[in-house]
Amino acid sequence: MQSVHIVSAYDEELKYLSKRIAAMGGHAERMVEQAVAALVNANPGLAQKVIRDDLVLDEGQREIDDKAIIIIAKRQPMATDLREIVGAIRISADLERVGDLGKNIAKRVVAVADGRQPNSLFRGLEALANLALTQLKEVLDVYASRSVEKIGFVRDRDDQIDAMYTSLFRELLTYMMEDPRNITPCTHLLFCAKNIERIGDHATNIAETIYYIVTGDQMPADRPKGDKTDKIILPATLPAK
Amino acid sequence: MADIGTERKGRAQAVAMRLWNSRWLLAAGFVAVLMVYGFAGISGYVVLLAGAVLVAAAMLPAGVAHQSTENAAAIEASGLQRLSGEYLAAAVADPLIIFDRSAAVVHANAAAFAAFGGIAPGVSLSLKFRAPEMQALLDNILSGNVASDSVDYIEKLPVERAYRVSASSVGHATDLYVLVFKDQSEARRIDRMRADFIANASHELRTPLASIAGFIETLRGPARNDPAAREQFLQIMQNQTSRMARLIDDLLSLSRLEMKPYLKPGTEVDLRQAIDSVIDSLGPLAKENGVVIERDFAQGPLDVPGDRDELFQVFENLLENACKYGQSGGRVVVSITRGDSDPEPGIDVTIRDFGPGIPEEHIPRITERFYRVDVENSRTQKGTGLGLSIVKHILTRHNARLSIRSEVGKGAAFTVHLPAR
Repeated sequence: MQSVHIVSAYDEELKYLSKRIAAMGGHAERMVEQAVAALVNANPGLAQKVIRDDLVLDEGQREIDDKAIIIIAKRQPMATDLREIVGAIRISADLERVGDLGKNIAKRVVAVADGRQPNSLFRGLEALANLALTQLKEVLDVYASRSVEKIGFVRDRDDQIDAMYTSLFRELLTYMMEDPRNITPCTHLLFCAKNIERIGDHATNIAETIYYIVTGDQMPADRPKGDKTDKIILPATLPAK
Repeated sequence: MADIGTERKGRAQAVAMRLWNSRWLLAAGFVAVLMVYGFAGISGYVVLLAGAVLVAAAMLPAGVAHQSTENAAAIEASGLQRLSGEYLAAAVADPLIIFDRSAAVVHANAAAFAAFGGIAPGVSLSLKFRAPEMQALLDNILSGNVASDSVDYIEKLPVERAYRVSASSVGHATDLYVLVFKDQSEARRIDRMRADFIANASHELRTPLASIAGFIETLRGPARNDPAAREQFLQIMQNQTSRMARLIDDLLSLSRLEMKPYLKPGTEVDLRQAIDSVIDSLGPLAKENGVVIERDFAQGPLDVPGDRDELFQVFENLLENACKYGQSGGRVVVSITRGDSDPEPGIDVTIRDFGPGIPEEHIPRITERFYRVDVENSRTQKGTGLGLSIVKHILTRHNARLSIRSEVGKGAAFTVHLPAR
């Protein structure tokens, strides 16, 4: 991965950083997966576990920050090494946010579990989460293999996530208009959907950081904006069914 | 002729070898002969003769005694010692990865490549398998505290797979370790399927069942003596039962797909021939709906790796949808193009209709099970709500992508991108 340095301890330190990033990534993936499973199956026990697990990620981010700063101070890294270390700091921050978003979904499980919402909503949320998780997995796989030519797909997926989110947004609004009693759970679900969409954004950020680590260039900035929920206005009355 | 030639060459090589093997003895002999020549003053002819005798002696085959001891040693070592680890790994049907002390991949067998991909030698395993339990397993085995250990590992995406993973160190002080993955997806999937099947199917089967039950009640009660109503009700009941039968067919084919999530490698499908037969088989349906199917195929061979029957089902479902829901457009265009400009070279198959199109907000979700853009229209067209879900399932197994473009009022285009590998 990196070229070999004269001081082998330096190599060890850099390897340790990427190993910690991978471990954090694994935890973040697991948390999001379990948070969504807890939401769909109305399982407060699993949600509690996810909330507790967030500590691991916070701890990991702090450790990576410390280690990275020490390496910079001790080794005066240049070029790829410097990008590797700065990249590690940025990626760990993104992963920590992913964990927070997962925790936030888990916290809403109780509020949503009360009134049973239509199945299709949960299926939509699950599909959205699958897209975001696939994206996160692909990005972290690229971090392991350093094959940046695969990063283009990540942005394609981002479009799909945005389109799916827009569709869910619409559906949630419709349910709220049908019956005001739906407003509480639907608002929580809306935040959950937003959180999942944000997880996709963080995955894209990580992809950009990896591209920078490997090539030394910034990724071209033609990131399309597919989230159209800012323009959704439903008519004040429901269309006749 | 050739045999004699090679034999002669072989013999010459053997003689040269013998000369080379006894070069020091020869040299010493020559020195001795020269010394005798110098001190004793014998004639030059005698010296030449002595030299020739020496060379001839060296050319004669040496005693086979020490050769046979070498052979015996080789036979003794030919047990498992000589067996290459690579061959052994290739003979194991389960995914198997050999790695070193720093968790970097040393060797992965073909099954591991097929299951996980992207595990070239040198890639770090702790970066590839990030799940917390896998990290713990790797740490545990690399710390040297235990000789072997195992965990359950579940991969959710892109298709769900469950493994029993065991790690152990190889031999004594080789600094090599091995991971073996035992696939347990089948058992898990059967569990999941049962739950899913009940949830999805019970809801969908209830509707026709309720209507049949209602009509039976009417036929036994108020409509008992009304032949006209009886005929009409029986017709409706027949429609409902055939709907239930279709639904069960689709559910079964979906669950069959879920049972074997990955594909047998090595089979090739000729897309031109497959799609031609799909178009032929849907000819009657197209005629009934007043739709003309047009072909626009690229030149040259159009082979992709995949399963013929499954790809047939994909294009059948897509084309059937196009004929049914794009009926008002009057024509459907099936085109095959080579997608070489794509980052992943492959073949694109596009099925385009000119019907009412699909509203944008539905596009991301139409591959979900039982998701319908227009419930009423789907019912009249005898749709089950599972067609595109089946399509998506099959394409995931083929590493293929489905992209849907549509504009309301102008029709819809479903493009399948099949990688050429």
